Amino acid sequence: MKQTLFDKIWDKHVVSIVEDGPTQLYIDRMYCHEVTSPQAFDGLRRRGLKVFRPKQITCIPDHNIPTKNQELPIRDAVSKHQVDTLDKNAKEFGVNYYPMGHGKNGIIHVVGPENGLSLPGMTMVCGDSHTSTHGAVGAIAFGIGTSEVEMVLATQCVFQSRPKTMRIVVKNRLKPYVTAKDLALYIIAQMTTGGATGYFVEYAGEAVENLSMEGRFTLCNLSIEMGARGGMIAPDDTTFAYIKGREFAPKGEAWNQALAYWKTLQSDADAVFDKEIVFDATHIEPMITYGTNPGMGMGINEAIPALDTIDASSRISFNKSLEYMGFQSGEKITGKTVDYVFLGSCTNGRIEDFRAFAGFVKGRKKATNVVAWLVPGSWAVDKQIRAEGLDKVLEEAGFEIRQPGCSACLAMNDDKVPAGKYAVSTSNRNFEGRQGPGARTILAGALVAAAAAITGKLVDPRSLNTDKS
Amino acid sequence: MEKFVTLTSTVVPLEVENVDTDQIIPARFLKATSKEGFGDNLFRDWRYDKNGEPVAEFILNNPLYKGQVLVAGKNFGSGSSREHAAWAIAGYGFKVVVSSFFADIFKNNSMNNFVLPVVVSEQFLAELFESVRNDPEMTVTVDLEKQQITNNYTRKSETFAINTYKKECFLNGFDDIDYLLNKKEQIEQFEQCNGLKL
Repeated sequence: MKQTLFDKIWDKHVVSIVEDGPTQLYIDRMYCHEVTSPQAFDGLRRRGLKVFRPKQITCIPDHNIPTKNQELPIRDAVSKHQVDTLDKNAKEFGVNYYPMGHGKNGIIHVVGPENGLSLPGMTMVCGDSHTSTHGAVGAIAFGIGTSEVEMVLATQCVFQSRPKTMRIVVKNRLKPYVTAKDLALYIIAQMTTGGATGYFVEYAGEAVENLSMEGRFTLCNLSIEMGARGGMIAPDDTTFAYIKGREFAPKGEAWNQALAYWKTLQSDADAVFDKEIVFDATHIEPMITYGTNPGMGMGINEAIPALDTIDASSRISFNKSLEYMGFQSGEKITGKTVDYVFLGSCTNGRIEDFRAFAGFVKGRKKATNVVAWLVPGSWAVDKQIRAEGLDKVLEEAGFEIRQPGCSACLAMNDDKVPAGKYAVSTSNRNFEGRQGPGARTILAGALVAAAAAITGKLVDPRSLNTDKS
Repeated sequence: MEKFVTLTSTVVPLEVENVDTDQIIPARFLKATSKEGFGDNLFRDWRYDKNGEPVAEFILNNPLYKGQVLVAGKNFGSGSSREHAAWAIAGYGFKVVVSSFFADIFKNNSMNNFVLPVVVSEQFLAELFESVRNDPEMTVTVDLEKQQITNNYTRKSETFAINTYKKECFLNGFDDIDYLLNKKEQIEQFEQCNGLKL
């Protein structure tokens, strides 16, 4: 029987299948953050249980973490309580734990892979929908709710219905100035925000194979934004080179054994997917969103769809979206003033994103009307930024680097965009109020964000850099 | 947990598509460490204005509409995996959410909190919205045993899907953890056979 990559990993982790019910799936690793875990640990206490496999659980606070003065106590009492609760739970239950200020602290979806905790062939979960990020190493990784977090803490298993499989093939290579984020926003715009619901997606094709690991994390990260249970990419030499030597990656003979297994983790040539979709990378331009879900995206020079092109049943929601954003149907939005720029998050808070941003702003100055938040995804990313001298480039251009965390992606800390203001954000969601009540989010990649930070406007980065590629 | 067998109730119609979890419960209300109190902030930014005053036009603030059944546009619950969204809906007092399409994670979370997600056809949904526009006091009946939902205004019924296991959980009020805890030995054997324990 020909198998997809997904089938190979899933089948190896099936403990049992409940008759006419869900599959009991074994989980190799679970990550926990402070927002979606307290009620799960409480549940264990209530039932008088221990954590079943503490070595396979890693706790990292990231959502509430301030991006300034992390050495001081968190000022917001409620945020502090949540972070303190994770501290107490992690210590009491004896799981792996990287608290605020620890060298391995940062956004879970950045920290896991960069320490070699997320490996090919694994099943991984976290109470966070962007867990799909880890699928980029060739693994099954998906977000779960708090009841399911409790299941995994108690039994290292979770009940799931087996998703259908989808392969998205992206032919040819991305054009210059078109990033993995643009690729993801393009795919989501084509698929719509619910278009992959019920599916687990494997990304393939020349454009995907040519992405760096950082780019692959960005692509898989956004799978949930089209409703997919998760996204994955078959591991290859790029993957193996990325993992080799990382702290928790296998070493010596264990590495050789692991590598031999990982090389089998590909969809068989004749494997059948429930759905296959092909896109052409040469059609993709730098992307932006104009509405209030990530499926409402377009090439930066395109116009917002006219109302009469929208399904009658969707017009109320479409209009509501545009009204919130302060845009008109049918208009182009390049040239509009931008108030905030956010570089960071589990989507675009990796070293490559900072290289791209710094490379673009080098020798230029930040627009005076723009407030820019540059937030590395982890302390390791921060260290790399400094090792490469990117901090100097950014400082000369008028930018400062903040301390790692989820930050303005969902504004649970102090980094909130004020009502009515426009933010070009490299994060993952443009939902109403996501970056603060009334905040207007335009999702984009690091280069569009850099161009906005320099000009104070929404502009095509290619119009400023005709000589670079 | 409380058992769910049948329910007849008036409905609250939320005629919006792609209602995401940030609308159901905004991130700034996720800081609690218990499951209590989230119902107060259900749909917070649609329900209250900047000053905390109720927004009169929003459906939850309209005294005409009340009940234990929320009827929403397609693709309900997209976005974050936060179970707080399900806690908010349960906390407000809803027992059933009806839509033509649900996001995956929300659907699981909802069931794990004994709020039944009922998937109906686009047409059935459109008729529900129309019926409640005509008569805000119209009711629906959800019969889990028969897996049937009835619009008592049009007297039309439709069946809905739920796997046998989850149906039993609802009918008997037990949860997945109870079930999994009884399988510890099997899990240990599985780990050994497959060399999976890290």
